[in-house]
Amino acid sequence: MMDVSIKIENISKSFGKKKVLNGVTLNVNRGESVVIIGQSGCGKSVLLKHLNRLIRPDSGHIYINDQDIAKMQTEELFAIRRKIGMLFQSAALLDSLTVAQNVGLGLKEGWKYSEKEISEIVGDKLEMVGLSGAENMYPSDLSGGMRKRVGLARSISTNPEILLYDEPTTGLDPITSDLINDLMINLREKLNVTSVAVTHDMTSAYKIAGRIVMLYNGKIEYDGTPGQIKNSGNSIVDQFINGRASGPIQVQ
Amino acid sequence: MTNGFLAIGRRAINFITRLGSTFMLLLKAIYYFKDIPRSLGQIFEQCFFIGNKSLSLIIITSIFIGAVSAWQAAYQFKFIGAPLRYLGAAVGKAIVIELSPVLSALVIAGRVGAGIAAEIGAMKVTEQVDALESMAISPIRYLIMPRLFASALMIPLLTVFSAFVAIGGALLVSVLFVDISHETFLLGVKNSFKIFDLVSGLIKSTVFGLIIGVVGCHEGYHAEGGARGVGRATTEAVVISAVMIFIADYIIATILFKV
Repeated sequence: MMDVSIKIENISKSFGKKKVLNGVTLNVNRGESVVIIGQSGCGKSVLLKHLNRLIRPDSGHIYINDQDIAKMQTEELFAIRRKIGMLFQSAALLDSLTVAQNVGLGLKEGWKYSEKEISEIVGDKLEMVGLSGAENMYPSDLSGGMRKRVGLARSISTNPEILLYDEPTTGLDPITSDLINDLMINLREKLNVTSVAVTHDMTSAYKIAGRIVMLYNGKIEYDGTPGQIKNSGNSIVDQFINGRASGPIQVQ
Repeated sequence: MTNGFLAIGRRAINFITRLGSTFMLLLKAIYYFKDIPRSLGQIFEQCFFIGNKSLSLIIITSIFIGAVSAWQAAYQFKFIGAPLRYLGAAVGKAIVIELSPVLSALVIAGRVGAGIAAEIGAMKVTEQVDALESMAISPIRYLIMPRLFASALMIPLLTVFSAFVAIGGALLVSVLFVDISHETFLLGVKNSFKIFDLVSGLIKSTVFGLIIGVVGCHEGYHAEGGARGVGRATTEAVVISAVMIFIADYIIATILFKV
């Protein structure tokens, strides 16, 4: 039997009258790389943010290493969150802190490391994302791609077991996008992390995914390998992955 | 008609819910006061921010608060035929127990409360608050507690400073335009001064500090919808703080001063 890292069980979530997730069930195995695709606004990011409980489900369960995080107390939740790194869509670096302070923030606040150890770890992680020497710059001095890379360094600073990527390549030029893709693959291979990425960039999805899951109308529409999804025979999936304006998916 | 009542009811419920959630945030932030030793850096930074942003404003407003109080009091004294040697007593008392705490708090609410709401609001809408959460850092401990503590600490200090400056302003007007010697004026201030006045002013301004801090943080923390949301949070922070300051002022007065 495969070792399940993340188990999402029948979760639903509404915002006001809009039902965004409507009974989503999904398992992610340890070391696996799952990419969730779907239209903008279909609830991909909402689903992702359930995995470290930045958003709580209205109903259903989310198990990380067999522990249900949906109803967990703060201290237990923090212990789980320390095992999960997250790269945000806009990188979400703290404006008031330097690159090094951003990357070392989680280590400084939640772990028992000395300043010297933190600065060594920060140096290592920045080297991994190719940004050695940027330690003392501020987020406002960086380009979008650099910010994403700093965000990536920050999300791996605590050597997490699970990495969540929210639109890792959106808004980047194709070359920088590919650089981020390579970094993500590299991290998985080097650190053997379980990763879940949300994207609508199909080039990136095919490259980084072991499995692609399509979210449509608040439910999982399709779940398969990149090879399978290209020949799914599902008209909704076909319309999305080939980027056609006409088809069963109505553009809102 | 029914719609009108519904709208009023909905607003009332919203307001009460908001008040409740602000109060809950206050309690949560106070819980994290236990982490003050490890947050000294952030607290110091916030104290500096509050002091630095407010000092020049407090000096200017306080001089004029004192000056207009002395002027108006002198006018009233002449009108009812009261001896002007009591001017210092009346003005000094009014400044220490009422004018400095309330007016400084209002000025600081406009400056610091708005600043806190805008900063935390911007962090909220750009996912920086979520990023803290994702790193297992409580935003209440990391962002809110230091701001609340600094505001409860600095606003009383600024109020004491404001009282001194305001009395200076009153003295200036009294000597220059009302024709009272500075000895007479200051003797009046001194004779009427009770330590209880200062204590009551400090209690008030500490409560006002907590209000400004927690309302600013709460509005920012719940901002949503981009720049517009941040703008709305900032305005709301100032308006709600101002209203709460007046209400709290009345409640504290009725508790501390028995008539």
